[in-house]
Amino acid sequence: MNEAVAHAEHAEHAAHYPQGIKRWIFSTNHKDIGTMYLWLSFTMFFIGGTSAMLIRAELFKPGANLVSPELFNQLTTMHGLIMIFGAVMPAFVGFANWMIPLMIGAPDMAMPRLNNLSFWILPFAFSILISTFFMQGGAPNFGWTFYAPLSTTYGPNSTDFFIFSVHLMGISSILGAINIIATILNLRAPGMGMMQMPMFCWTWLVTAFLLLAVMPVLAGAVTMVLADRHLGTSFFNASGGGDPVLFQHVFWFFGHPEVYVIILPAFGIISEIIPTFSRKKLFGYVSMVYAVSAIAILSFVVWAHHMFTTGMPTAGEIFFMYVTMLIAVPTGVKVFNWISTMFKGAMTFETPMLYAIAFIILFTIGGFTGLMLAIAPADFQYHDSYFVVAHFHYVMVAGSLMAIFGGVYYWIPKWTGHMYNETLGKFHFWLTMISFNVTFFPMHFVGLAGMPRRIPDYALQFTEFNQIASIGAFTFGLSQIFFLYIVIRTIRGGEPASAQVWEGAHGLTWTVPSPPPYHTFTTPPVIQDAHG
Amino acid sequence: MSLTINMPVGVTDMSHHVHQLHMIIFWICVAIGIIVFGLMFYAIIFHRKAAGHQAAKFHEHTQVEILWTIIPFLILVAMAIPATMTLFKMDDVSDSYMTIKITGYMWRWHYEYVGTNVAYMSELATPYEQTINRAPKDEYYLREVDKPLVLPVGKKIRLLMTGNDVIHSWWVSDLAVKKDAIPGFINETWTLINQPGIYRGQCAELCGARHGFMPIVVHAVSEEEFKTWLKAQELANKRS
Repeated sequence: MNEAVAHAEHAEHAAHYPQGIKRWIFSTNHKDIGTMYLWLSFTMFFIGGTSAMLIRAELFKPGANLVSPELFNQLTTMHGLIMIFGAVMPAFVGFANWMIPLMIGAPDMAMPRLNNLSFWILPFAFSILISTFFMQGGAPNFGWTFYAPLSTTYGPNSTDFFIFSVHLMGISSILGAINIIATILNLRAPGMGMMQMPMFCWTWLVTAFLLLAVMPVLAGAVTMVLADRHLGTSFFNASGGGDPVLFQHVFWFFGHPEVYVIILPAFGIISEIIPTFSRKKLFGYVSMVYAVSAIAILSFVVWAHHMFTTGMPTAGEIFFMYVTMLIAVPTGVKVFNWISTMFKGAMTFETPMLYAIAFIILFTIGGFTGLMLAIAPADFQYHDSYFVVAHFHYVMVAGSLMAIFGGVYYWIPKWTGHMYNETLGKFHFWLTMISFNVTFFPMHFVGLAGMPRRIPDYALQFTEFNQIASIGAFTFGLSQIFFLYIVIRTIRGGEPASAQVWEGAHGLTWTVPSPPPYHTFTTPPVIQDAHG
Repeated sequence: MSLTINMPVGVTDMSHHVHQLHMIIFWICVAIGIIVFGLMFYAIIFHRKAAGHQAAKFHEHTQVEILWTIIPFLILVAMAIPATMTLFKMDDVSDSYMTIKITGYMWRWHYEYVGTNVAYMSELATPYEQTINRAPKDEYYLREVDKPLVLPVGKKIRLLMTGNDVIHSWWVSDLAVKKDAIPGFINETWTLINQPGIYRGQCAELCGARHGFMPIVVHAVSEEEFKTWLKAQELANKRS
């Protein structure tokens, strides 16, 4: 360890990098780029969050209240797009940039200039996407799933800007994925085999392959939409010999693996946090790797469970029902492994651990409703109702977002060199956890009772639960401003963090000082204890 | 006003089957949840550092890992059997008494009684004043139409769905019917209503600005009443 620190400090003195704005624009440093990804994600989280607040304000009571039905559809569309592509995915890439080189003892990402490009594409992509709000005819209004023919024949003019920005996001994701794969496969410190990597690296490696496989499919889907709109093709237009359902097949062939792009890195973060605060090695490392790979492979053959109501042949419904149910097996293995890691440990409950525990419970609830949705006959009742909205927010907010929060609290002492304030962190946790459930749990009820999703106004029987959900959502939103305050406060100062930061932390990350010098591991470290 | 928190049992054999499946899988999930979360909270309470617990060293156990792969698999197989049987019944549209063609428009439904001259549009009847909060809202706010779909009870009705412009989805939860109405294609499903009554639903697939304002009202009446109604409609259409 001392050797690594000495080398790192030496590198610090030798580091010459541009100062001021140029440091960020021209950066090829994985830590700086990681930081930029995280701030981009945070910004998008607030923009996507603002649209969610407007949606919940409109739905606070029946009747036309705040926004027109036209604007409402734009808000739901942009909320989905911004949160998925702008908030969750860049956050995970930010974690990958910061942590993978530190975890595997690499001096930087394998392709630092590519890394710069893949980040800097994104601000432009999202500026284009968000600018559509101010265009004539408004922003895209067909849902983040942009089903044809609503997006082709009936899409607003801004649809073309949406297509272009999705292309840009896709390029960024593909470049980022290539970089992560190259880094993990080539830059591991001597002596660190694949099966000694921290679990976060494994989950990201699998995620990167998923991205490489499905981002081109999304690009294909938007290109076909573009061609239908402007080049006179009829991929999705029945009157020209096409098929609107073909769009859904292409989209969900991207869309379902995308769900795992959003959740697998979260699994990785949770698999880092739980052993640390249980002071016990991760249970079933090998089966975890197999489970992640199995989930990734299965994710390619379940897409049509999003389409049970489109009128598939019975054989198709049965196939997609069975394989979807099958995903519960490897997912269950992961949950059992986390609990076994905690079992007979010596647990403490700092904020990251609280988020990890909340993740396990709430994500599992999302998994249960996922299992219910897999049952095709029952899906005819659940499909496109608020039950689905509840389900995917349990997976994406309580799943991905809570893992991101946990990850920030877990690693921010390493990034900044300061401990966050534990009391404030716990307060943020409880606010988030409670308001999350107040927001999304009642959505199960209104969904089962018959409320469809994506409606700006509703029948009177849904009023009470919608009001509860809105109150929860406003609290959730405000809690995240409090989170911003905690982050800024930690960056500015706080108790100095040691290199190890957490008593139970193991691995190369925790051998470099907090904050780490600008360049770390310029000479490969000696591996003693690869994964904790 | 009573708060509904569960799926309606509905008024068709299929909706009963679906409700049953829903409850079975729900209770299976509850049972698994109690066991899994119970174990976790046991660990949280007793295996804390603050309670003086020392961390054990184990980190794998092949038998247990095989067991918790196989048991969930078996539970899933048990679940898949009744689900598959219900699915086969749902997809069997043979031997129907009559056929209704349902067409989704932006933003209203069109019902055609195939083989008769009866066909009409059915659209939202809630006055706009109620939407813009200038009049008190009725009990069935946004779930009232000018002309409901009239169906006989006790008869298997085949429903054909298509869309005129974009994809819509015809959903009445009391009948456990939700099927997409896709432009250029015809989907089929069926229903057999056991009880006379008024059943309400709405479009379930985002179809544009007024997606939230295209309700469905099904008026289920006795066979005689239905025949009388259909005759009257046919006569009226012939005259005009």
